Amino acid sequence: MTHIKVNVDGTTYEDDVEPRLLLAHYLRDRLGLTGTPIGCDTSSCGACTVELDGATAKSCSVLAVQADGCAVTTVQGLAKDGEWTALQRAFHECHGLQCGYCTPGMIMAARDMLRENPHPTSEEVRGALEGNLCRCTGYQNIVRAVLAASGQQDGSGPASRAQDTPGRQVSEEVTA
Amino acid sequence: MIPPAFEYARPQTVEEAVRLLGEAGDEAKVLAGGQSLLPLLRLRLAFPELVVDVGRIPGLRGVREDGDTLVIGALTTHHDVVRDPLVRRHAGLLAAATATVADPAVRHRGTLGGSLAHADPAGDLPAVVLALDGELVAVGPNGERTVPAREFFVDYLQSALAPDEVLVEVRVPKADGWGFHYEKFHRVAQSWAIVGVAAMVRRENGHIAEARVGLTNMGATPLRAAAAESALAGADGPEAVTRAARSAAEGAQPGQDASASPDYRTHLAQVLTKRAVLTAAGMG
Amino acid sequence: MTDQAVAGEAEAGREVGRSRLRKEDARLLTGQTNWTDNIQVAGLLHLAILRSPMAHARLTRVDVAPALERPGVLAAFSGADLAEGLGSLPCAWPVTEDIVLPDHPPIAVEEVRYAGDPVAVVVARDRYAAADALEAIEVDYDPLPPVLDLEAALAEGAPLVHSDKGTNRCYTWPLTTGEPFDAVRERAEVTVKRRYHQQRLIPNAMEPRAVVVTPLAASGEYTVYSATQIPHILRIMLATVTGIPEHKLRVIAPDVGGGFGSKLQVYGEEALALAVARRLGRPVKWTESRSEGYLATHHGRGMIQDIEVAATREGRLLGLKVDLIADMGAYLMLVTPGIPILGAFMYPAIYKMDSYEFNCTGVFTTRTPTDAYRGAGRPEATFAIERIMDELAVELGLDPVELRRRNWIRREEFPYTTIAGLTYDSGDYEAATAKALSLFGYDELRAEQRRRNERGDPVRLGIGVSTFTEMCGLAPSRVLRDLRYGAGGWEAASIRMLPTGKVEVVTGTSPHGQGHETCWSQIAADVLGVPFEDVEVLHGDTKSSPQGMDTYGSRSLAVGGEAVHRAATTVVHKARRVAAHLLEASEQDLEFRDGVFSVKGSPEARKSIQEIAFEAFTNHDLPDGVEPSINAEHVVDPENFSFPHGTHLCAVEVDTETGYTKIRSYVCVDDVGHVVNPMIVEGQVHGGLAQGIAQALYEEAVYDDEGNLVSGTMADYLVPSAADLPEFVTDRTETPASSNALGVKGVGEAGTIASTPAVVNAVVDALRPFGVDDVRMPCTPERVWRAVREATA
Repeated sequence: MTHIKVNVDGTTYEDDVEPRLLLAHYLRDRLGLTGTPIGCDTSSCGACTVELDGATAKSCSVLAVQADGCAVTTVQGLAKDGEWTALQRAFHECHGLQCGYCTPGMIMAARDMLRENPHPTSEEVRGALEGNLCRCTGYQNIVRAVLAASGQQDGSGPASRAQDTPGRQVSEEVTA
Repeated sequence: MIPPAFEYARPQTVEEAVRLLGEAGDEAKVLAGGQSLLPLLRLRLAFPELVVDVGRIPGLRGVREDGDTLVIGALTTHHDVVRDPLVRRHAGLLAAATATVADPAVRHRGTLGGSLAHADPAGDLPAVVLALDGELVAVGPNGERTVPAREFFVDYLQSALAPDEVLVEVRVPKADGWGFHYEKFHRVAQSWAIVGVAAMVRRENGHIAEARVGLTNMGATPLRAAAAESALAGADGPEAVTRAARSAAEGAQPGQDASASPDYRTHLAQVLTKRAVLTAAGMG
Repeated sequence: MTDQAVAGEAEAGREVGRSRLRKEDARLLTGQTNWTDNIQVAGLLHLAILRSPMAHARLTRVDVAPALERPGVLAAFSGADLAEGLGSLPCAWPVTEDIVLPDHPPIAVEEVRYAGDPVAVVVARDRYAAADALEAIEVDYDPLPPVLDLEAALAEGAPLVHSDKGTNRCYTWPLTTGEPFDAVRERAEVTVKRRYHQQRLIPNAMEPRAVVVTPLAASGEYTVYSATQIPHILRIMLATVTGIPEHKLRVIAPDVGGGFGSKLQVYGEEALALAVARRLGRPVKWTESRSEGYLATHHGRGMIQDIEVAATREGRLLGLKVDLIADMGAYLMLVTPGIPILGAFMYPAIYKMDSYEFNCTGVFTTRTPTDAYRGAGRPEATFAIERIMDELAVELGLDPVELRRRNWIRREEFPYTTIAGLTYDSGDYEAATAKALSLFGYDELRAEQRRRNERGDPVRLGIGVSTFTEMCGLAPSRVLRDLRYGAGGWEAASIRMLPTGKVEVVTGTSPHGQGHETCWSQIAADVLGVPFEDVEVLHGDTKSSPQGMDTYGSRSLAVGGEAVHRAATTVVHKARRVAAHLLEASEQDLEFRDGVFSVKGSPEARKSIQEIAFEAFTNHDLPDGVEPSINAEHVVDPENFSFPHGTHLCAVEVDTETGYTKIRSYVCVDDVGHVVNPMIVEGQVHGGLAQGIAQALYEEAVYDDEGNLVSGTMADYLVPSAADLPEFVTDRTETPASSNALGVKGVGEAGTIASTPAVVNAVVDALRPFGVDDVRMPCTPERVWRAVREATA
């Protein structure tokens, strides 16, 4: 057992865990934070995406011990005092979800992209979501939702880097 | 699926990591970002007794210059490599290819050193570091040694690292003035390259003076397309490049898997080499 | 397209036809979900299943004892240990009288018949301990030959999947109507014959399956939570399989993360979890991992289609002959044999002809069983007919759209009884096609295609069309009887008017992403004239919704929504009687508008329906002989199927050097009748398109020669992401269905059914100049490249 101390959505937890315990299972089974679902075992689907020290990570591909001393933000930590973030509102208003299983991961991935690129094109949104699979929506309304939320303040938790890098625009395209 | 049980250590120094690995013999695995190791563990394709988490060892992250060489810490994440101004200026090929690795969340966690040490011929970065004529620096019980990229990739998922060695940095010569392009061919955005071509081109007086071509997923290890490189020297336009690219797969022994047959891979290597070189040379 | 769709009695509706934002979203957006795997109860144990690594073998030894030594393990069982009290998993659709129905134990006892067949189970305190203990179980397999090739499996002397049955042929189901096809072929000027392959697909609902069983030993009651589309059917079937009396079983489908047919099933794991919970008297949970699900959750498609059309030189279809061989997999699951039969009626599609001959042979193989996957039989049928219509057009030198126009049922010909015997009540193929062609810019794209072909562009443009229809709104029970299906096709709804005027709608449908809570609220709010927010929809729990046929086959709105509509109408009718009494007027003198009864001519005399609900509750002043309730319940059995249709157009760019296909544009105009919520309808179309396109270009369950699933993880089976799919242009025409008062048809499967042939037609169209006339699905770059190379060799 390894002792870890993790801040999740603003609350600090200390636990002794098996080193092999996945962060996703730590959140779900130990902390009861079941808002983050698991959709695959190959880090393909992105349903379990959370923020780890302000950057997205697939929590099924991170050991809980790797999160020791870190701040984790899950979909359950986004709304503040019942107030949804711009992305949550946009997903609702654009019908960016059907069964909703991929939604937590989609929102976390979209939030990550908007921090770096607050005014993306629809192609950039699609590229940023390449690691998050949805089987219901055909992605069209997810892309619409992210575009609708872009440029708006996405209420960020304490672990967010949003304050550190306001509006920093970085393209991942590198050309000669 | 659920990983098998293992012991866990989180050394604070490279030396401590090397000692732990030495004690464990062949039964340890190094954990950096975990983006290759965790899926292997979850599918129970690896059963290490000890996982040595080097992820927090200070000094292994970041990019610096050393004369004509760019030095990239092994723990530098893909995300940071893509955005690093020094990498973008002096080793643009690496930044461009790294931007195609997996997806943004994986790029946040995955590291350059981890990708190279994993030595997966389908990974994008081994062929890139080959094309860059890079060197890999490892620390073992007898201190530090430098391995040229050409000697680093030994076999399928097997690098030149000894079980008690830790990869600490990647050194690439600055390629200022070189044109570059990484041409990745895959069926969906997230999937592995069926074939990838990493091209570096130096032009002189309108023709190609020197070309270096690295091949992804064209055999058990990443490869340099040596025959094509020689044939490309002196190429003065698209036709000459197309001709030279026909030898791109010479000597390669590409495998058969669910996504492609060997002869299709051979064909792709030729087409993609042509495209990568033309783009790198500004002739496309 | 107007978003002001209105329907039937809801003509004055404020809700129906409006893009109401979904009630379901709040919990899903904030992580306050109730997926089955989220459920935690005191003393919960975890079940893990050891599965056969071999496609076919006799079990000579299964020793679970070593697993019991592992820490945290409470029990372990082999198939033999659990055999008592565990019957065969059900097949509810024995399509012919002489069908071969093999025994299907939820866990193998003597023989495994596909890689993934369960052989032993472990029960432990947590999922980690359970996974570890599986590795301690010792099993000896005596290998038997795998059965993988559909045609070879039918040959004399082939190795058998079920040796006691003496054959791999499950059934042969014929349908012959009109003139004999041979006679039609004789007088035809043109015939075209092709063989198409429907690859196996893995449904990939994003939520893996899971089941939790909580026993109450004192009373012998069991609650089963399952990620299922069919809580009601599951309850009946689990009672049959386990012998637990139906009234002691409660089945709950909590939040369910997608289904697409894969959760329209009675799975071995559901029975096993129940059996183990009964044995141990403890709550038990099982959750599949994704790669486990690839083996254990049923697959879809898997057919060889031989199709032949006969026509005149002018392009009039004379007849159609279809011979199918359908891969059942190793066992018959809930509706496995019926899936190709659902397609049997759809091969003639929207076309008129004189002759139709259909034959389907179901074959057992040593692979994961097949069953319903989005569209279920109808995408396969639509694919084959729409592909061969393109081939016929080429043969005749006609534009593919023109060929379709010459054969489709004209708008003035409805209702029309097709050669397959279905009566299409309505449709307007002309309108949908005209709209689609114009949105697509068909003529301009054809011109560009010619230019590219003329200059020998290595990147070719291809244009594909698909004019589809489908039968949905499953289903008239008498038709189901004739098809030998084991249940009816009705749906139930009840409306409970609560004393404070709030409304509970109880539905027998079981949504998992479709938005029934929102749409049923819209329907009820309109009929009752109450605010949308005052309506709560209850579903997915056999205790609160005791009667239902659940959700599949694009049936929920046309049948279940209709039941809500009728129940609400009855509530108004009952309330009217009370209102008349209270307002001292005759019922005929009452007007009902916006939820308020008023007396014609004296608008100040009024009672709202919500006030009447309270009057019924107090029962202080109801008319004599009127019971103190205005609640109502309806069970609707549809009189006919509904027939959505549409025209889909796809343009692809095919890189002939690499074989890579890129979708450049996709336009579809669907006619799903009246629309309750346009936003939700559009979303259903988008998702359907993505899955149909995925079949055309990306997905395939690949097996090797030993019967191992090669595409065994989500990293190998290519579910497309946002980066791989185009922006769709969707639009609608609106020709109401006549089979229900709402005028609705159903939309869940339309996009999937229509898009696959549109995409493949486009790919083949791009390659026609090279002499290519087919590319097998999925149209991978390598297949495209090979097709060009072989055609030009």
